[in-house]
Amino acid sequence: MDLLVPEIGLLAWNTISFLVLVFLLGKFAWKPIMKGIHDREKSIDEALNKAELARQEMARLSSQNEELMKQAREERDQILKEAKTLKDSIVNEAKTQAQTEGAKLIEKARIEIENQKKAALAELKGQVSALSLDIAERVLRSQLDDKAKQQELVNNLLKDVELN
Amino acid sequence: MDYNRVFVSKVRRLIVVFALFSVFLGFRTAAFAQADSVAAQSHEVSAPAAHGEEHGKEEKGFDITSFIFHHISDSHFFTIWGHGDHGLTLHLPIILWTDNGLVMFSSSAFQFDDAGKVVVEKNGQRFAIAHNKIYYANAAADAHGSYVSHVADEKGEEKVTNARPLDFSVTKNVFSMLLSIVVLVVVFTTVAAGYKKRAGKAPKGLQSFLEPIILFVRDDIARPNLGHKYAAFMPYLLSVFFFIWLNNMLGLVPFFPGGANVTGNIALTVVLAAATFLITTFKANKYYWGHILNPPVPWWLKPLMIPVEIFGMFTKPIALAIRLFANITAGHILVMSLLCLIFIFNSIAVAPASIFFAVFIGLIEFLVAFIQAFIFTILSALFIGMAVEEHH
Repeated sequence: MDLLVPEIGLLAWNTISFLVLVFLLGKFAWKPIMKGIHDREKSIDEALNKAELARQEMARLSSQNEELMKQAREERDQILKEAKTLKDSIVNEAKTQAQTEGAKLIEKARIEIENQKKAALAELKGQVSALSLDIAERVLRSQLDDKAKQQELVNNLLKDVELN
Repeated sequence: MDYNRVFVSKVRRLIVVFALFSVFLGFRTAAFAQADSVAAQSHEVSAPAAHGEEHGKEEKGFDITSFIFHHISDSHFFTIWGHGDHGLTLHLPIILWTDNGLVMFSSSAFQFDDAGKVVVEKNGQRFAIAHNKIYYANAAADAHGSYVSHVADEKGEEKVTNARPLDFSVTKNVFSMLLSIVVLVVVFTTVAAGYKKRAGKAPKGLQSFLEPIILFVRDDIARPNLGHKYAAFMPYLLSVFFFIWLNNMLGLVPFFPGGANVTGNIALTVVLAAATFLITTFKANKYYWGHILNPPVPWWLKPLMIPVEIFGMFTKPIALAIRLFANITAGHILVMSLLCLIFIFNSIAVAPASIFFAVFIGLIEFLVAFIQAFIFTILSALFIGMAVEEHH
């Protein structure tokens, strides 16, 4: 079996060539290739991780935004509500104030009117009495010329007094 | 659960690999059977042919066995086309280490002789070539004109008894292998340059074609067998894988510069298996040696188990060497036998069937070229992995 007996020369060539091949490829091919593949895989992994992180960050931010929006909306509602109450209270207050003020003015006016009326009445009374005195004086003057008439008058007066 | 799934997938993968392997083992035995029958038939053919010669006809016997064995064995000539003087042949240099020192000359000096009939004189020494081997020539030719002495051994095989110089010639195998080394170095340094040029970017061209295969070696061969220690053995595994694969493929190319049976030569597979053996032995940790020298068996089994384990250390690389050699050689024999059917039946009518089957087997051989490279590499990784595995 010639096939199963290795030739010495061929063995030597094969050994040397194979060692040279492993050395050359190991140094100039496999090392940079494996490094390149490894680096690329690492960078891809990193990029994917970063993307995942960014996605999470985005989700976090958007949820945060939503939270903020919600908060802002609530705050707005709160402010509006407060403003409304404030407005209502101001209006109410103004109304009451106006009412009291009005009432006060009316009261004042009434008092004034009363006073004026009183004053006018007093004046009227004075003038009426003066007038009546005047009239009475004149009547008396005209009547007192006549005795009978004087008497009559006195009697009438007395009658009145008695009635009172 | 996760581990279980991984385990199941690994088991499935192993089953697939072994199924394929057994299928090809089947093909192998078929191939050998065929080769044997071809050899047997060739004798039958040559007998009547010889008979014909006796009758003075031009018909000449076609010795299939020697034709095929000539094809699968190494040679000092590399035929590009044609035959002998009528074709174009690359005459490879012959380098001999003789009793008188180094002798070099071109193989053209032998004038396509292979029967020891041409004597070349160099440095005061005389050389003759017979069956692709170079011998010191006898002083005088024998009755057949041969300058080497033939002796038939007990099996009836002719042996040449002449002394041989150490033959370091650049033969067909050496030439083809050196060519494959040049191709591998050029291709992979180009690929490596691509990784430097496009660092961190997507692969392009040759790089994108070879990267999946490199990743296949890393992720499906090295990592499952070597675990986290895989990186240190990647250069060896990748080199072995691509070296075997390329040479298997070159062996399938029927014309120059392919056609040399490099990986089907025991001298190469022995070197590769020895490399795996040396790495396994020198990288082995204490658990590996502990398993061999103190196997975990009852004490009374130890005298039996220790020799078995030590024997096992050597059978694994020997099996590696024989497997690759036998598979590739058998593939070549099978294709050659199918084509030789035309000459056995001596009829052109056989040619279509013969060529159809040869092409079919040739296609399968392309698959085998890959599978054998894969099996050699994965078994190397497995043996190294067993040696460097940490004990759990």
